[in-house]
Amino acid sequence: MSKTTEQVRQSLAKRYRAEKRFRAFGIASIAFGLLALLLLFTDIIGKGHTAFFEHYIQMEVTFDADTLGIDDATNQDQLNFANYDGVIRNALRERFPQVQSRGQKRELYSLISTGAGYPLRDMLASHPALLGQTRTLWLLADDDVDQYFKADRQGREDSRLTPEQKAWLTSLDDNGQVKKEFNASFFTSGDSREPELAGIWGAVCGSFFTMLVTLLLSFPIGVAAAIYLEEFAPRNRFTDFIEVNINNLAAVPSIIFGLLGLAIFIGLFGMPRSVPLVGGIVLTLMTLPTIIISSRAAIKAVPPSIREAAMGLGASPMQVVLHHVMPLAMPGMLTGAIIGMAQALGETAPLLMIGMVAFIVDVPAGPVDPATVLPVQIYLWADSPEQSFVALTSAAIMVLLAFLIAMNTLAVFLRKRLERRW
Amino acid sequence: MKLKMTALVASAATALTLASAPASARDYISIVGSSTVYPFATTVAERFGRSTSHPTPKIESTGSGGGMKLFCAGVGTQNPDITNASRRMKKSEFEQCQQNGVKDIAEVVIGYDGIVVANSAEAKHVDLTLRDLFLALAKEVPNPNGKEELVANPYQTWKDVNPALPNTKIEVLGPPPTSGTRDAFDELAIEGGCKTFPWLKAIKSEDKGRYKAICRSIREDGAYIEAGENDNLIVQKLQKNPAAFGVFGFSYLDQNRGKIQAANVAGNAPTFDTIASGDYPLSRSLYFYVKKAHVGVVPGIEGYVKEFTSEKAWGPDGYLADKGMIPLGDDLRADMGKQARNLTPMTGDELH
Repeated sequence: MSKTTEQVRQSLAKRYRAEKRFRAFGIASIAFGLLALLLLFTDIIGKGHTAFFEHYIQMEVTFDADTLGIDDATNQDQLNFANYDGVIRNALRERFPQVQSRGQKRELYSLISTGAGYPLRDMLASHPALLGQTRTLWLLADDDVDQYFKADRQGREDSRLTPEQKAWLTSLDDNGQVKKEFNASFFTSGDSREPELAGIWGAVCGSFFTMLVTLLLSFPIGVAAAIYLEEFAPRNRFTDFIEVNINNLAAVPSIIFGLLGLAIFIGLFGMPRSVPLVGGIVLTLMTLPTIIISSRAAIKAVPPSIREAAMGLGASPMQVVLHHVMPLAMPGMLTGAIIGMAQALGETAPLLMIGMVAFIVDVPAGPVDPATVLPVQIYLWADSPEQSFVALTSAAIMVLLAFLIAMNTLAVFLRKRLERRW
Repeated sequence: MKLKMTALVASAATALTLASAPASARDYISIVGSSTVYPFATTVAERFGRSTSHPTPKIESTGSGGGMKLFCAGVGTQNPDITNASRRMKKSEFEQCQQNGVKDIAEVVIGYDGIVVANSAEAKHVDLTLRDLFLALAKEVPNPNGKEELVANPYQTWKDVNPALPNTKIEVLGPPPTSGTRDAFDELAIEGGCKTFPWLKAIKSEDKGRYKAICRSIREDGAYIEAGENDNLIVQKLQKNPAAFGVFGFSYLDQNRGKIQAANVAGNAPTFDTIASGDYPLSRSLYFYVKKAHVGVVPGIEGYVKEFTSEKAWGPDGYLADKGMIPLGDDLRADMGKQARNLTPMTGDELH
């Protein structure tokens, strides 16, 4: 046996061990990543899952014309200003006739959400004949009541509710007058100061319009810039300088783009504050470098033989690019655009500067209506004093994560589906 | 064909941009300002939007100072109509407004906010004086041996500061200097405690700058921890760490009863009554300012002010009290309500 073989044999066990260790490190890093993700999801889902349900209390509500202060249920003006809280209060007093003192009445009234009257208005508007009649209705409970029913025993003891309020709730619960339902309004309404009324639809619409403006601006501009730089531009100092700058811009903190937007679009051009249009333009500036860089990489990956073949058949440079290079590079460019969009969807800092961090109740109907976006909504709820907003914050995070996962899955899918290898 | 598509999309985007570029007349009220007033102003705005035909006002939480800057930038619908503040407008801000053409400004005091020093409900309830707070948290304090000289804060535990207090490390979570709550805490608590030393108080007349440097500075050796602007975070940290105290607004205490308890300051617990009467020393007034030039231009401003100053909103039984705002006394509320509905402009002499 030669000396080398002997050496190899002796070191073999050591090399196997090193190999195993190396793989173990890799597995450990992935496990660490997964653990962090698991912790994040457990925390968010643990806190947020309760927000998808809310409690209702059953009451015998009389649509009394005197209490409502209206005489004609078909008159829109009267319907808007009618005292719906009054009829709900009457219903509560009838259910608990023993409540007499002013302070106790206040405590009793606070069991029902201040927003419980709006469905009554809608009912009356669609059925004017209800005026003067009595109906058994499920009314939305106040957020403190909702918290109370969702809490465990210890949580119920620590609740903000007074002992009397707890007794009334127990009585209602024992009579089957409390029910838990899917919180549909969370997905259909705008922001509110009352946690039981607050929803993310306003923020989702704001995010949609902002992303629409960003996509419409950044994709064509980004692709055009990438094609010119990659296919037509001469290689000289000037184009090198542009390349360095694009790479540099990709690393600039996003708040800088917000400051730029404030100074130029709002300050100089006089565009309104807090609208998705300005937000979209600012985010365009932010995502452009990402799109340009990924589009250039996609164009570079198209083999020169394709260009040469097209040229050889007499295609003009523009035809080469539009008929051959661009279709082949499109999957890569789209992937880059989607990743850029996903990044823009989670951005708050630049929007702070242009006034999109705001309390906005009305759901925006277009890109020039004041709006906020999903991550901003999360930030605003996280900062609110009411305890129920903790669950809402986590629920909104879940919705945002769902959007991000969907977008990233789409990017992976496009790459897998359309990718071509040469 | 692809080119045509791209050109089409690009031109559509440009058209979209151009069509909306002129800052056309706004039909909703734009409000900026203090994050302390934000929870109250948003509640009023929401009710106003629901019960009238006007759109719901838009409210940005920019901080008191940031709000003043935006508010005073000029007249015109691209500028806000109302700014909220957790302190009074400064003379310099008023002059800034005047220079930029914002002439008539109506001031409305809406209520009070208390600053509480609280700890976990599981920990011992304590009774603090302003002097305790000053000695525990100031950067430089009088020498413990009684000499009239300043030394770097030597106190490590509450017991060192005052033998009646528990023997736990001084650990206070509070807002950073950018916060209005911190300004008020420095002024009311730290300076309030500082003034109880006559020789320190005497410095004020000699050298105002030095007095401020001594009486409004907070120690930076780790006993006071800047916990960010998010008061909810402070509440959560207090629950995890029963030895720590937190400094935050009264509405957070009100919403988290059962989890945290507030320390008595100067013998008074923070309650609606003690804060409104001024017996609880750490309280401040909340304001909003209306740009009169926008009344009648932007629809609904008068209605919003009326809703805010209605008894069902800012009264003792109003919905703002439910949110943790401390109402004004009856007489003051009546006066202020009248002033608000007339939108009486400020002269500038009342400020300093």
